[in-house]
Amino acid sequence: MKMISTAIRVSIGLMIICGFIYPLVTTGVAQVLFPKQADGSLMEAADGTVTGSELLAQGVDSPKLFHPRASMAKYDPTASAGSNRAVATPDYVKEIGDNVAAVKADNPGMTDVPADLVTASGSGFDPDLSPEAAKAQVPRISKATGMSADDLNKLIDGLEKSRQLGIFGEPRVNVNALNEALLKQIKL
Amino acid sequence: MAMGFVQVAITLVVIMLLVKPAGTYLVKVFSQEKTGLDRVFGPVERLLYRIMGVKEGESMGWRGYLGAVLLSNFVMLLLIYLVLRLQSHLPMNPDGIGNMPAGQAFNTAVSFITNTNWQSYSGENGLSYLSQLLAITFPMFTSAATGFAVAIAFIRGLVGRKDDLGNFYVDIIRSITRVFLPLSFIVALFLVFQGIPQTLLGAVHATTLGGGEQTITRGLIASLESIKHIGTNGGGWMGTNAAHPFENPTALANFVHILCMMLLPTALVYAFGLMIKNKKQGWAIFGAMGFIFLVMLVTVFVSEYKGVGALDAMGVHGNMEGKEVRFGISESALFTTVTTAATTGSVNNMHESLTPLGGFTALAEMMLNNVFGGKGVGLLNGLLYLILSIFICGLMVGRTPEFLGKKIEGKEVKLASIALLIHPVVILVPTAIAFLSPNAMSSIANGGMHGLTEVLYAFTSGAANNGSAFGGLTANTDFYNIMIGVVMLLGRYVSIIAMIAIAGSLAVKRVVPVTTGTLRTNTPLFSGILVVIILVIGALTFFPSIALGPIAEHLAMPK
Repeated sequence: MKMISTAIRVSIGLMIICGFIYPLVTTGVAQVLFPKQADGSLMEAADGTVTGSELLAQGVDSPKLFHPRASMAKYDPTASAGSNRAVATPDYVKEIGDNVAAVKADNPGMTDVPADLVTASGSGFDPDLSPEAAKAQVPRISKATGMSADDLNKLIDGLEKSRQLGIFGEPRVNVNALNEALLKQIKL
Repeated sequence: MAMGFVQVAITLVVIMLLVKPAGTYLVKVFSQEKTGLDRVFGPVERLLYRIMGVKEGESMGWRGYLGAVLLSNFVMLLLIYLVLRLQSHLPMNPDGIGNMPAGQAFNTAVSFITNTNWQSYSGENGLSYLSQLLAITFPMFTSAATGFAVAIAFIRGLVGRKDDLGNFYVDIIRSITRVFLPLSFIVALFLVFQGIPQTLLGAVHATTLGGGEQTITRGLIASLESIKHIGTNGGGWMGTNAAHPFENPTALANFVHILCMMLLPTALVYAFGLMIKNKKQGWAIFGAMGFIFLVMLVTVFVSEYKGVGALDAMGVHGNMEGKEVRFGISESALFTTVTTAATTGSVNNMHESLTPLGGFTALAEMMLNNVFGGKGVGLLNGLLYLILSIFICGLMVGRTPEFLGKKIEGKEVKLASIALLIHPVVILVPTAIAFLSPNAMSSIANGGMHGLTEVLYAFTSGAANNGSAFGGLTANTDFYNIMIGVVMLLGRYVSIIAMIAIAGSLAVKRVVPVTTGTLRTNTPLFSGILVVIILVIGALTFFPSIALGPIAEHLAMPK
């Protein structure tokens, strides 16, 4: 009997400490130290309305804007999802082949196609593109907006982020940041 | 690829540098004598002991220790189940999530109490904030602490002179107050700094730049993420786990995740050497595990960089399907190897979309189940193979097998065999049953050989208490919820029961003095034998199923 009561008291005690006190204390401290990140790195328009999160890609249809990587979640954060495609199958190769053809049609003479541009991301919200994948969209955006390819390439170079501490991760550019900058110069 | 190699190498070096200090610290945490740590943590712990009715000085024999493990885990399982079933009536549910159905709640409660973290739900639409705290974050601490405690108890049995394995409650409370809580708190703050949300507020609605709508779900994510990896748990707040930018926003956060996963499993192997006063023995096991780990890492790394031949010919180099740009191929390959080695089961890329050989590696690490492994259990599985290796070597050279001066006899080998055999049995039998059931077959997303791997992976992940998945499989059906639930229970507790029984049996054995005739188990030669035995037993057991799945798929890959 005593064994059972100890087991129950330890379980409930640890549930309160680890499952309740610890996360709430962490929240309090985090909200004081890093309020922006703790709330989800939200982006706001000039009038204060929330336009999204810096960390989450958004669905973009307009040919005038940069498109993020394909999302199986349709960019809806209430149901994150990867494509879960089997890559070593003829079906998959054919589908990616179609994507490759579309990229090459926009970029005559291109031989190496940025892999991130023709595949789906893991989370469904990959906020980044490789700089090459962003530049492969320049011909389309230039045609749709009338902006020069030079200006668009400069925009990408200006927002490119290098590896963290010079070591970790890959060079990348945030699609929301690109589109925010772009929208300052064009109208949808 | 060169930069990828450099960042992987740097990560491994940092892991190695942390092994000794962390291992030394662990020995102090679990020491039954007074240490300097008592002055810092003692008052808090004594208060907890008083509230919870724990007698600090009371020692437990193997039966008492095992009873405490099973009883406390059972109580926690019930508490978690209740929270999940009642979540819509409980507070802290800003997004209005409904109660979890019975089958799924059973699966989830078992999953988190066994340190598996298999998820047939998606957190962002299946759990209230309170459930994420009480039913997910809480067992992430206690399941890791339980694994730790069992491993320490086993070591005490190995070096002990009487049936005294320590006090289970003191062990789990100390590991939580002295290791898991302080470390999780600091790491959580760093993760918030890198961009992981930590808020009580519910989802926020956004009008996107392109004029669309987006509902941004968030929560107390960072405090879950830190213990998720420190405790080698692996269950994400979101469905897509550590691939999701809210769980793993930067490459630096990813680096910290990987360090957290490897820190304690590697340190525990070193701590083992210290506790048995034979550091070379610790390094001999470390060497064997490290060797297998490196082979696996190189396999995924190369395979993902090569990608699919037919796509490479079109100018698409490397496999980026299901991977994130900020991690690229190298950080994804490293994460995959680490998460299946340390039996964490979180993913920063979708394992279903790995190349066949990449997926094979993840599967193989879980089948071997002892390449560092999860909290405590990995070391135990390693020692299991060690006992078996000593027995086999002893038979070959005609000597009585002994380890640390204690004879390995029929009883220990029988128990070790049970612990060893339960693993393939609970993988292969349920997989076969699934293929006989049309209902279970309809859950498969990708057909053919890949579909076979999907099901095999699910049960392997459950049995190894890993929790990663080939995500295409529709796992939220009664069949998979219940089958995988039972597999997780057997995978966890059968070996724990057997290992504590072995510890109890070894603890009371007379110590035989070392002679020239003693088989030396702390040499590189023995590490080699250990690797061979692990691989041969693994291959003999699993080769047929692997051949039908990933190997056949690799051979049929479009060139």
